[in-house]
Amino acid sequence: MNLNTVSVAASASESSIFQRFIWNFADTFVVMRRNLYAYQRQPELVVFATIQPVIFLLLFTYVFGGAISFSTGGDYINFLLPGIIIQTILFASANTTVGLTVDLSRGIIDRFRSLPMSRAAVLAGRTSADTLRGLFTVLIMIVAGYIIGFRFEDWGSGLLGLALAVAFGYAVTWISATIGLFVKDPEAAQVAGFIWLFPLTFASSIFVPTRTMTADWLRTFAENQPVSVVANTVRDLMTGTVNPDEIIISLLWIAGIVAIFLPMAVWRYARVASR
Amino acid sequence: MTAKHSIIAENVVKHFGDIKALDGVSIAGETGKVLGLLGPNGAGKTTLVRILTTLLKPDSGAVSVGGIDVLRRKQQVREIIGLAGQNTAIDEILTGRENLEMVSRLYHIPRPAAKRRAQELLKQFALTDAADRPAKTYSGGMRRRLDLAASIVARPSILFLDEPTTGLDPRTRIIMWDTIRELVSDGATLLLTTQYLEEADVLADQIVVIDQGRVIAEGTADELKANMAADFIDITVANPQETDKASQLLRSLSDKSPQTNEQRGHISLAVESGAQSIAEVVRLLDAESVQIAELNLRRPSLNDVFLSITGEEIVEEEAKPKRRFGRRRSA
Ligand SMILES: Nc1ncnc2c1ncn2[C@@H]1O[C@H](COP(=O)(O)OP(=O)(O)OP(=O)(O)O)[C@@H](O)[C@H]1O
Ligand SMILES: [Mg+2]
Repeated sequence: MNLNTVSVAASASESSIFQRFIWNFADTFVVMRRNLYAYQRQPELVVFATIQPVIFLLLFTYVFGGAISFSTGGDYINFLLPGIIIQTILFASANTTVGLTVDLSRGIIDRFRSLPMSRAAVLAGRTSADTLRGLFTVLIMIVAGYIIGFRFEDWGSGLLGLALAVAFGYAVTWISATIGLFVKDPEAAQVAGFIWLFPLTFASSIFVPTRTMTADWLRTFAENQPVSVVANTVRDLMTGTVNPDEIIISLLWIAGIVAIFLPMAVWRYARVASR
Repeated sequence: MTAKHSIIAENVVKHFGDIKALDGVSIAGETGKVLGLLGPNGAGKTTLVRILTTLLKPDSGAVSVGGIDVLRRKQQVREIIGLAGQNTAIDEILTGRENLEMVSRLYHIPRPAAKRRAQELLKQFALTDAADRPAKTYSGGMRRRLDLAASIVARPSILFLDEPTTGLDPRTRIIMWDTIRELVSDGATLLLTTQYLEEADVLADQIVVIDQGRVIAEGTADELKANMAADFIDITVANPQETDKASQLLRSLSDKSPQTNEQRGHISLAVESGAQSIAEVVRLLDAESVQIAELNLRRPSLNDVFLSITGEEIVEEEAKPKRRFGRRRSA
């Protein structure tokens, strides 16, 4: 039997590169909508995931606020809210790790894999849905922040800061997706999705200014790691300071993370999926 | 041969660790016909289907579907096939309608057409009433139907159904048979796996029997059954010590010597016509006052096919000296 004969059906189904490019987005959109439906139908999940950072915000403001304003030299809430927005976005990305491993363990993944859809769409649909969910939570936090005294210095730069925070969140979901594809087990993902976030979140400028950190090595790390870089930029933007250099470095971090982890996740997905 | 055969596997080998799931399997499914893949648990049916449908990579061997090399042109193969796997591949959170629309959209069918197609399929598979309920509220039979509907959304010319009727009650199974026959009536090629000879007999034009990763027989249902009796009578005698005696008495009813199990008092008799012989059985045993505890008439089973092919009974998978791992979730 000759397997080299390519039938007419095969050549007719070759589609243009442009069309395939468009389909990447179309497929991603379809999968994203499916994931958003899932969130919409488990409202308790979203409600608690939203309440939790609001509680954080209140606790930090009223419990540590007095002590920390010494070192921030101003209103702690204006320092804290932009930071806690980044923290929320980071922790929300753990949903991507867990959600993806759950997807992989469900029958629907075989359906996706037997369809002529874009290979990256299952992942991109997940990361974009989780980013939107993160945005939703952040908007609620800004409202809560406004109630307890936070103010944007300038709405224009404030919204720019918000956009930067969300873009960073999107980049981080690709790291989370990659982790999920290595861990594979949903239970393990509950832990693996979070642990790497703790050092990045706490050894950063999210809650306290990095200059208050006593150990040199820790301060050096905390000052230069991407979470601090982005958190500082977002904080500056939200409090009315526009520093183009800072913004460019943040954007480079975001682009760099996506450039490494998006292809890695897609590569890993193909491997995991065709054992 | 490509035009004649739409589904081709040549010498396919697949290991999972130490387990040899497929040990050089070759099959050829004729275009427009139904190929039945018959085998017991663990035979390798699902593994072969997953390889043919791009979900799994074989260790070696060649596979082509619709004339397209499955290993090199996965994406093109996916455009022409439909798959309803052994485990239903539906989204629990979405409704039945949303499931079908999502699959349509992923086939790049425009939205209005996708909506129409979903409606049409819901009707065809009697799911209209449940269309807007989340699929997690569906019964097993409804899930199977939804899964089957999802697999034919894009009217594939080559369809793979992995044990489509397992877990269905007898009535639903017969409805499912009708549905499957309709699906292939307009010229699609179908590969169907099953553990039931009866099912392969009803649906398949060509049957391949596999066991422990190897093809052990192939042919039409009639060819497979040719050297097998039409019916079987299973007898259990009240006193197992009389098994031998009873079996001697019944010898004359069959060309083949009866299969016996003396511990349990079982005798299995292959006969030309069950209805006629069953009265004879009762008469012969009664005359010698051998008490009958149980008497059953049945159609040949997969096990009988195995007996006639290999002279051995089906090896229970659990009894094999192999380890079983968490299977199926290979994704
Ligand atoms: N992902 C996997 N990892 C390890 N072993 C596997 C995996 N998938 C299948 N196997 C093994 O390969 C063999 C063939 O399995 P397969 O699922 O193909 O059988 P089957 O004929 O479909 O059986 P059934 O009728 O029970 O569905 C079995 O021994 C099974 O345990
Ligand atoms: Mg199987």
